Amino acid sequence: MSRNNGGNMCTLALSSLLLIAGLTSVRAASEADYKTAYAAADAAEKEAGQLRNQWTTTESTLAAAKKAADAGNFDQAVALSKEAEALARASIFQANSEKDAWKALEIH
Amino acid sequence: MSARFFIGSAAAALVLAAFWLAAPPVFATDTPDPGADAKAFRDYFTKKYPSVKLEDFVNGPYSMNEDMHRQWEEKEQFPPYEFALEAGKEMFSKPFKNGKTYADCFEDGGIGIRQTYPKFDDKEGKVITLELALNRCRESNGEASYSYLKDEMASLTAYMAFTSRGKPMDIKIPNDPRALAAFQEGKRYFYTRRGQLNFSCATCHVQSPGERIRAEVLAPALGILNAMPIYRSEWSGMGTTSRRFTTCNSQIRGVPLEPQSDEYRNLEYYLSYVSNGLPISGPGARP
Repeated sequence: MSRNNGGNMCTLALSSLLLIAGLTSVRAASEADYKTAYAAADAAEKEAGQLRNQWTTTESTLAAAKKAADAGNFDQAVALSKEAEALARASIFQANSEKDAWKALEIH
Repeated sequence: MSARFFIGSAAAALVLAAFWLAAPPVFATDTPDPGADAKAFRDYFTKKYPSVKLEDFVNGPYSMNEDMHRQWEEKEQFPPYEFALEAGKEMFSKPFKNGKTYADCFEDGGIGIRQTYPKFDDKEGKVITLELALNRCRESNGEASYSYLKDEMASLTAYMAFTSRGKPMDIKIPNDPRALAAFQEGKRYFYTRRGQLNFSCATCHVQSPGERIRAEVLAPALGILNAMPIYRSEWSGMGTTSRRFTTCNSQIRGVPLEPQSDEYRNLEYYLSYVSNGLPISGPGARP
């Protein structure tokens, strides 16, 4: 009975470990993941361009993402693409909020 | 009769009151008033820096710092822009392949006219800067245009500025809604924050003249274009107004617009107009 209990405990612990390992493992990014992330960043940067408010850091981060993808490092390429998209979205927010906010700096 | 008149008047008053309540308030900034803007601009700087003579603002950081002013006075004995000035003088008088010269494109032969640029062209409905006018002159005479940023363009504008030295900036805004709109757009660009650093032109050149940004002392916006073009030690060479605008943008981590874009032309129009009356001091030298 006690040996049986011990066996069950071992099975349960092993199952739990496998489940946790399965849940926490990160799948390596693929080229398709990169292309999706880059396209989203590129679209946001084009929108910033239409607002005449692109940031140099967005451009350099997009270039770094492309370089990482060219080297086959899709994990890094996806991370950089997402960073570039966040920068582009911040520049869009800035351009839109400044449509009125600039008046606060004006000399009267 | 009088009762009907009273009721009619009361109704009219109510309609007017309702209209007044519904109408959005009109702020001064929505109606361009270049004269009032220029006065406010000048008053701001003269009140903030009471010890600086009005005509000295055109000397940029040298007007803000006594030590730098002394260094600059010594530097002016052998100014670093001298080579560009000589080259510009030679280029200006050398005929194009068709025999014409720059003098044929400008009033008064292009001598002593820098203070009138930029101008508003009512035919085109846009602002024409001196750099743009010079390249259009070249193109209309069958010559290739120059880069707007440095080298030949900086030399040509250096010579033209030199022939206007001491003349007060004299920018005109005609009574044309497009000209007023260009002025207003230039003002909007000047005060708009941009780039990852979230700076506007005014952040440095209105709020912080005389303060250091890294090793540099920031110049006041009043008269800042009167010294253009400039030799900058940081550039190890000459730069035009276009170069100054584009590098300002990239320094705050903004992607610069194309030189002579509408935005930069309008900005130059605004900044030059609010410096009306201050003397041309270009070409200048800056750290």
